[in-house]
Amino acid sequence: MIERHDSVVVVTFVRALLPIVQIFALYVLVYGHYGPGGGFQAGVMLGAAYILLALALGREAFERRVNEPACLALAAAGVLVYVVTGVAGIAGGSTFLDYSVLPLPVSPVKARYFGILFIETGVAIAVAATIVLLFCRLADTDARP
Amino acid sequence: MTEPLVPVLLAMMLVLAVVAVRAADLLLAVIVLGAYGFTMSLVWSAIGAVDVAYTEAVVGAGAGTVLFLAALLRTSRRRSPLPSRLRWLALAVVVPVGAVLLMVVQPLPPWGDPASAPAVHVSPRYLTETMAETATPNAVTSVLADYRGYDTLIETVVIFSAGVGGWLLLHRRSP
Repeated sequence: MIERHDSVVVVTFVRALLPIVQIFALYVLVYGHYGPGGGFQAGVMLGAAYILLALALGREAFERRVNEPACLALAAAGVLVYVVTGVAGIAGGSTFLDYSVLPLPVSPVKARYFGILFIETGVAIAVAATIVLLFCRLADTDARP
Repeated sequence: MTEPLVPVLLAMMLVLAVVAVRAADLLLAVIVLGAYGFTMSLVWSAIGAVDVAYTEAVVGAGAGTVLFLAALLRTSRRRSPLPSRLRWLALAVVVPVGAVLLMVVQPLPPWGDPASAPAVHVSPRYLTETMAETATPNAVTSVLADYRGYDTLIETVVIFSAGVGGWLLLHRRSP
């Protein structure tokens, strides 16, 4: 069982840092088209934000915000977002994972741009949920067999 | 410009790796392993692979370290002594594998060679057409998510199934 950290400095700092980390993760996700970053890095960062929360504010604060079955569902949903974007390419009359035929009111080139954004979002959700899921189980010292 | 740093960083990684393997306190080993991952990410960024450096920094130095720490919570900080027979077995495996790795380094093209096979195959097309075809200036992203979308899909499935597998293994209720 991870207890809330004793130091008020640590707790306050983490409380202030968490929203910044989450916003930065979103930035890394959407800025992946222009600079280093993308879905995977954003997902790990988002997951790390929740792990930081558990380490500093304790397991109770963590469990109030994070639900394990929901994490499992989110991880699957992330993969599903990717697959659905791919299948939409077939539905649009082209091949699997061809984003240029996605039903969007933009040019085919821009549709590929948005297709990349969709699948990166799926990757980010899947990765973040998977990391939080693993941490949930690993850090649950009460469940020692 | 930053390339002269690479040998220094590689030497640092060697020291960190030895410390991580030799440390009796596993907490020290985990932290040093995190430093190893971070130094690796510095190497990637020094040679211009910023996307890889990013991934290495968040996974190798960040998430990996935290997951190891969480694993320490469930086990012990003390290293259990290794039977000496197992040591010899480990050496017998590591030496041939290391020798094979050193042998396959030789035929690799020199780093940054513009005439090497991977640099003349499909990469030039990706680099020149990424803006016209996907409106994405970062070619790494367009290759990862569009041109090589299948690979990334399978990678995501691997991460998901590895995560669920680990979760199921650890999901034991005390009787």
